[in-house]
Amino acid sequence: MLKTQEYCLNFGPQHPATHGVFQVILTLDGEKIVKAEPVCGYLHRGIEKLAEARTYTQVIPYTDRMDYLAAMLQNLGYVQAVEKLMGIEVPERAEYLRIISGELSRLTSHVLGTGVYALDIGGFTGFLLCFREREKMMDLLEELTGSRMTLSYARIGGVADDAPEGWLEKVDRLMDEMPGYIEEYNGLITGNEIFQARTKFVGELTPETAVNYSLSGPVLRASGVNYDLRKNMPYGIYDRFDFEVPLGTNGDCFDRFYCRVREMEQSVRIIKQAIEQIKEVDGPVMGKVPKVLKPPKGEVYHEIESSKGIIGYYVASDGSNKPYRVHVRRPSFVNLGYLDEMVRGVLIADLVAILGSIDIVLGEVDC
Amino acid sequence: MKERVKAPVEEIRQKFPYVEVDEQQTVIVPADKLLELMQGLKNEFALDFLTNETAVDYPEESKFELIYNLNSICHGYTMMVKTSVDRDNPEIPSVFPIWGGANWQEREIYDLMGIVFTGHPNLKRILLDDKFDGHPLRKDFQWESVRE
Repeated sequence: MLKTQEYCLNFGPQHPATHGVFQVILTLDGEKIVKAEPVCGYLHRGIEKLAEARTYTQVIPYTDRMDYLAAMLQNLGYVQAVEKLMGIEVPERAEYLRIISGELSRLTSHVLGTGVYALDIGGFTGFLLCFREREKMMDLLEELTGSRMTLSYARIGGVADDAPEGWLEKVDRLMDEMPGYIEEYNGLITGNEIFQARTKFVGELTPETAVNYSLSGPVLRASGVNYDLRKNMPYGIYDRFDFEVPLGTNGDCFDRFYCRVREMEQSVRIIKQAIEQIKEVDGPVMGKVPKVLKPPKGEVYHEIESSKGIIGYYVASDGSNKPYRVHVRRPSFVNLGYLDEMVRGVLIADLVAILGSIDIVLGEVDC
Repeated sequence: MKERVKAPVEEIRQKFPYVEVDEQQTVIVPADKLLELMQGLKNEFALDFLTNETAVDYPEESKFELIYNLNSICHGYTMMVKTSVDRDNPEIPSVFPIWGGANWQEREIYDLMGIVFTGHPNLKRILLDDKFDGHPLRKDFQWESVRE
């Protein structure tokens, strides 16, 4: 008499395809996933609690350590939240430098996301190719901020320093080359037959589910929901730039991946426009900010579009020089909340494709 | 910085007379009316995107404040809803049946703040170990320090 039985498999915590330390306890029926239980928290450092014992400025470096792949965007969300709470005006030039470094951060994150996804599917060359450009961008960010990944460049009221001489020209030159590089990625990764076979019509998400589960970023937009905070609720000076929001149609792994590739093109466009406009803008890069920051009693919630999705900062002040409470709405964390239902019934090999297409970073999930 | 479009709080107040609105246009609702209000906001005001859910501890007032940030994708407006629960008996209905996005966010609040969400399908610790004692984001949580 033949019979089948379900069995349990640990995916992670130490598995290269989890992009960090993340565990999924799988219940399998043959090669089909019956149930998936994600277990996170291996990288939990208690940043929200630590922030309560730091001054407002001292919190900035902690935000880097969440999504360390797009650190500038994490900084930006926090400082804009505090600026909103205190009503601080930011000088024009600082706003432009924030846009340029922020979009450069988004590019590094998307380039890595693209390359690592190719690696997840099994294409090693694509992975190395993407690292080539990432290196150039990180060199530029290092020249600007002194650090390659944990930038801490944004300050409450502006940015740390003006761009060094000749830096903007270097960024401009790289942005001229970028479309050619993106073409190469498309040739090597996007157009690859095996890659498409592994990702098309895998892990499909309907727009209704994506909205209901508060998914954001390329994961939401790949399902065809036009929701990008840079366009829908412009923060900073994003309303001055002309760019498009790439959308997918099927909401499958391929669309999520390809949304990122096309977003890179838009980031290049934004940086080019910002470099053109910043030439006209001179002046300080720090606004008038008191030496000791004591925001009035109150609370604020501010969200921006990070590379993974919507990152939101809730900051409550009790009138002292330390925040009473800081909460971060991390896009990777919220996007993972739907993983369990998304992988039910798919083959175990597709789990890697689906998890990779959500593009998580564990520093942010675990906070 | 440009201000974002705010939700039509005046209309909401007329529709749901039990809510209060403060000067920052935040809607404050008693905990027992939470689900009714949330369902109404989703169905009638198209606030279909629960972007953020969190909690703050106020030990002096003996309460936890729960904060819900809602967005409307089609209308482009945003609003904040607040409610509070008793600190000694922190129990509140889960909004998971209304917005699936509350799934992990409520687990996180339960884990770090110790608020029980009734009706949540899988309420257990998410970031900390299952055997961990206490809820670290509470203000009276004693942290062990290795340094003096």
